[in-house]
Amino acid sequence: MVLQGLFLYFALMILGTGILGITQKNPVKSLLWILLTFVHLGGLYLLLNAEFLAVVQIIVYAGAILVMFLFVIFLLDLKEEEKGEVFLKSWQLRVWAILLLVFFLVIGGLNYKIFYQGPYTIEFIEKEGHSKALGLVLFSDYVYPLILLGFILLVPLIGIGIMLFGRKTNGSS
Amino acid sequence: MDRTLDFYQFGFLVLKTVFIFAITLVHVAFTTYAERKIIGRAQARFGPKEVGPHGILQPLADFLKIFGKEDIIPQSAYQPVFKIAPIIVFAFTAVNLTVIPFEQGFILADLNVGVLFILASASLAVYGIILAGWSSNSRYSFLGGLRSAAQVLSYEIALTLSLASVVLMAGSLKLSDIVVAQHNSFFGFYAIPQIIGFVVFVIAAFAETNRTPFDLPEAETELVAGYLTEYSAFRYALFFLGEYTAMYIMASLAALCYLGGWTVPKYVIAILPFLKWIPGWVWFLLKVYLFIFLYIWVRATFPRYRFDQLLSLGWKVLIPLGFVNLFITILFKKLFA
Amino acid sequence: MVPLSWYLIVSFCLFGIGLVGFLIRRNLIMLLLSIEIMLNAVNLSLVALGHYLQDIRPQVIALFIIGCAAGAVAVGLILLVITYRNKATLKVDEFNLLRED
Repeated sequence: MVLQGLFLYFALMILGTGILGITQKNPVKSLLWILLTFVHLGGLYLLLNAEFLAVVQIIVYAGAILVMFLFVIFLLDLKEEEKGEVFLKSWQLRVWAILLLVFFLVIGGLNYKIFYQGPYTIEFIEKEGHSKALGLVLFSDYVYPLILLGFILLVPLIGIGIMLFGRKTNGSS
Repeated sequence: MDRTLDFYQFGFLVLKTVFIFAITLVHVAFTTYAERKIIGRAQARFGPKEVGPHGILQPLADFLKIFGKEDIIPQSAYQPVFKIAPIIVFAFTAVNLTVIPFEQGFILADLNVGVLFILASASLAVYGIILAGWSSNSRYSFLGGLRSAAQVLSYEIALTLSLASVVLMAGSLKLSDIVVAQHNSFFGFYAIPQIIGFVVFVIAAFAETNRTPFDLPEAETELVAGYLTEYSAFRYALFFLGEYTAMYIMASLAALCYLGGWTVPKYVIAILPFLKWIPGWVWFLLKVYLFIFLYIWVRATFPRYRFDQLLSLGWKVLIPLGFVNLFITILFKKLFA
Repeated sequence: MVPLSWYLIVSFCLFGIGLVGFLIRRNLIMLLLSIEIMLNAVNLSLVALGHYLQDIRPQVIALFIIGCAAGAVAVGLILLVITYRNKATLKVDEFNLLRED
């Protein structure tokens, strides 16, 4: 009962703040609604017994990626967009958008049959803790992707260095 | 998965929450008094002396004064975010109180990921600062907010690295497990084997709470008052409540992760056995008070860092030191355990 | 018990919201934000399936997606800043240098 009530709160807030987030004119206000979406998504991960992922979601997404967005918006000094120029003009696109949402609603509500039960049961995760369970799988089966992830995160650092300190030939670009 | 509480357990939890929150607020109020007294003595003068014996009712006088001030909101400020920004800062700092163990078994929520929870709420508290600066719709506030946010974000990485070494040595993310692991370790507390990490943590803790020598965003001589410029009366007080609560959280974290929490090292009890009768929370409070005294002492002593010096210290000195500490801890763990 | 289809509904609708946001906005930053929403929707679907199939590997994949999304957003924002420096606008209608008419 409490579980379903919590889930309903999180789900409605996610969808509501998501819709509010994509329809605001001011990019900063839009980003604030998306921040609420991400925080409630973290809450939903808590209900799914994934506490490490919930906290990582808040630290990385809400606390780092969105702050990066915010700093770029402030750096570029984006003004609030004028009324009427925000969305693309055609009405067909809006009808297709609403039909798409209804389609996704229907597909999600279909009755999916679970035919596969994996080895990592809920009791195992609750006993060991989600961080330890993730760590067991991460460092045994997924070591190479982990190292590759390190390299993937290194590339933007180099990119920022190049962008800020430029190339020596073209001084003003 | 239905782990619901019955009525009495829920009521007891609410009671514990109110108790811890009230004690923290009383501590925060008297820290303002203690700070003025200690800094006064460091500067060869008395602190407040008028209100009450030795000035001890000064926090009450400040509190009454704040309530009497007029609440000014700039007309071009974006009102909803302007009003909510100090609440964000205070709320996300105060929520850390729920994961701190004051004594064996006395904790509001023994999370599996306690250390990461504190880091997550620190990341969210940055938003309060940025939004306070942005919603004030004034150039100095905006720049001050961005500066402060950049400072907090840079030092958060150093904080995370030092805490990662502690978690690696303890083998768990739970704060109570870290304290128990310290009690069972060789030195009794982690400040000695993790000395580099401890130094990094202390400096990063000063920068995270916007305290001297890193208090450029709120010094009166710089950028008017930074992101606090347009805030008056109680909202200003909320920001400062948030800052002092963050000081207590960082002090508690240092006491738990590096100084042994509520335990005393085994060899000290072997030498002085009467210390066994002092309850654990007294030791915890003593360690926290020691750290708060360090905060105030440093404020009375050191000059302020300039902003680019601040950022270069965070990125070029503390983060490499944090990595060195992490590598030493990894080698230690691999070779000796 | 919360049935699996509820989680999938939320995940698919959030993906739809991100997709719609991507299609109807003209500002480049809003496009990047919509991509973030879509990635999060996929993460939610992965974690929910990991919980109901009693397998933790989808949650490991979700962790990787969070990490890669951080890198992707960083690169996207770098390119965005460079584009803004060159063109002084962020409306996607104005990026029509390759148009032939």
